[in-house]
Amino acid sequence: MIITVNGKTESTSSNTILDYITGKKIKPESLVVEYNFSILKKGLWSTTFLKENDILELLSFVGGG
Amino acid sequence: MSFLEIIDQFENFNFKEYFNSVSKKDIEETLRKNRLSHYDLLNLLSETGEKYLEEMAQKASELTVQYFGRTIQLFIPLYLSNYCTNNCIYCGFSVKNSIKRRKLTLKEIEREACEITKTGMRHILILTGEAIEVTPLSYLKDAVTLLSKYFSSVSIEILPLEIKQYKTLKKAGVDGLTIYQEVYDRKIYEKVHLSGNKKDYDFRINTPENGALSGLRMINVGTLFGLGEKRKEAFFTALHAKYLRDKYIDTEISISLPRINSAEGDFKPFCNVNDMNFVQFLMAFRLFLPRVGITISTREGADFRDRLLFLGATRFSAGSKTEVGGYALSGAESGTQFDIHDNRSVDEIISTIKSKGFQPVFKDWDVF
Amino acid sequence: MSSDLFKLGEKTFKSRLLTGTGKFASKSFIPKMLKSSKSEIITIALRRIDFNSKTENIIDFIPDDITLLPNTSGARTAGEAVRIARIAREAGCGNFVKIEVITDMKYLMPDNHETLMATEILAKEGFIVLPYILPDLVTAKKLEDAGACAIMPLGSAIGSNRGIKTKEIIEILIENCTMPIIIDAGIGRPSHAAEAMEMGADAVLVNTAIASAKDPESMGKAFSLAVCAGRMAYLSDMGRQGKSASASSPLTGFLR
Repeated sequence: MIITVNGKTESTSSNTILDYITGKKIKPESLVVEYNFSILKKGLWSTTFLKENDILELLSFVGGG
Repeated sequence: MSFLEIIDQFENFNFKEYFNSVSKKDIEETLRKNRLSHYDLLNLLSETGEKYLEEMAQKASELTVQYFGRTIQLFIPLYLSNYCTNNCIYCGFSVKNSIKRRKLTLKEIEREACEITKTGMRHILILTGEAIEVTPLSYLKDAVTLLSKYFSSVSIEILPLEIKQYKTLKKAGVDGLTIYQEVYDRKIYEKVHLSGNKKDYDFRINTPENGALSGLRMINVGTLFGLGEKRKEAFFTALHAKYLRDKYIDTEISISLPRINSAEGDFKPFCNVNDMNFVQFLMAFRLFLPRVGITISTREGADFRDRLLFLGATRFSAGSKTEVGGYALSGAESGTQFDIHDNRSVDEIISTIKSKGFQPVFKDWDVF
Repeated sequence: MSSDLFKLGEKTFKSRLLTGTGKFASKSFIPKMLKSSKSEIITIALRRIDFNSKTENIIDFIPDDITLLPNTSGARTAGEAVRIARIAREAGCGNFVKIEVITDMKYLMPDNHETLMATEILAKEGFIVLPYILPDLVTAKKLEDAGACAIMPLGSAIGSNRGIKTKEIIEILIENCTMPIIIDAGIGRPSHAAEAMEMGADAVLVNTAIASAKDPESMGKAFSLAVCAGRMAYLSDMGRQGKSASASSPLTGFLR
């Protein structure tokens, strides 16, 4: 299916959000997920299934002034 | 915090003790500062401050030129009516005084306006006593609408109104409000206001704020010197001006220093305020509030007013009449509110101001 | 000065030095800097993750007792700033947010108008809003009315280390605002920070000057001492230099 991640469209075969994250080799601890414009709590990543045209923002806290 | 709450904070403050404790060093310390606290204000108002008048004057003069340039804004008062329902023991218009009462009709107002404009004056202050049945809001609105055609600024010194009513008058063309607390000391306020709506201390003290909240451009406050203890009254006047200035940054604030005057119905002032006190307080206001205007009326004599040009004054009334109407010859005399001690004509005042190195300003802005 | 606590929003702090996490050569300096500077509030930013590089979580470098101040840097509109603030709160950063909306990419000057709009929205949602602005009294008054908990006027352009070039306008804000004033941006030296506190500012935020120092740990301590010195001087009500008497004619002789 086609989804948008961090502003770019891509194709994915991942089932859940957690699958997608681990598939990209991202450490879940540092991640904040915005799923279709709402924050998705960490506990729900493994039970939220991706659908066609979903919009994901994967964010993390970084150094800033 | 409302201004009433601020004043209440001083209920147990021992002013006498504080004033007595002010040392020369305290005054010198205050004079060194650029930003003054209310303790500094008290220092400047104290008896010890009397020893530093010249130092205060030099600083006040410098600050006035810095923030106002060498300009004096001129305005002229027009009494529309001297009917009054209040019994204030110090006032010539008190309901108990048997003076000739008069109220101008719109036609008469127009005649006065025509006469006044010949002098070149463009800022007018209209005054009434407190008698809402004689001068209802509709009358005031009509008067303002009419006068707005002749003058570029119309201020009012009338009975205290609610915000809604000020908004109505603002729409008609009013841009300034003068309202004196008369006396900030509650006990004395009760003593001198025997009957009528003016007895309501709280309503009166909140009135300048009502004016600011209604969007009026200029608010002028003051105490009537001679009623309350003079240094305390000067202190509260300055605090009131500061409160309004801090809270309503889009409003121009100024302070007047009216002193009780002989026409005020045989009333002997409780507290004497001599020229030295007057000058001291004026300069203290200037140092405490460098950007706040200081208005001097024709209650003060010509020579004295001219001196004040150099000490902090920024607004003068000129060519004043304090009876109802009085500019156009009508043969109808009425009781005056106070005696005028500067009887110079507008032209005379203009030429004196210029000769002292100041520029008289007739029109500062237009009301849109 | 144990009684001179800094109240901000619902919290009280001992330190009046806020720090930032940006521009450090290595994130490992951050916990050391926090210890030496005794700073209790530190800014962080939110970004999209970079898939190609190892994501180090900045939060790992910040002790738990430090208050996080997420900033909305990257936002170009009020809407974007609001979104970032909400995300940060949802992610567990707490209620504090520094609103930074910059559309000027040349000088990085904040957009006061967008900042005001973001403040109006976020204050209503219960955030402790600290807006970063170009110093301006009218904007500051509007921010007060909108519910901001402090004002963060810039001292000079971000990263310029030029000191407090906007000094006179900030003095006007200090005199006229009821909320705390935290001078942010442009503080390049501890002496600038001391100056800011002597002026009467409630706190300062220093990021670049500490992060880019050779020894951020020492620099953090230097800033901490400077902030304390400046604050102490302000509280002792330093007398200003009196001007020498001007030789002009007497003005009150007529009274005698």
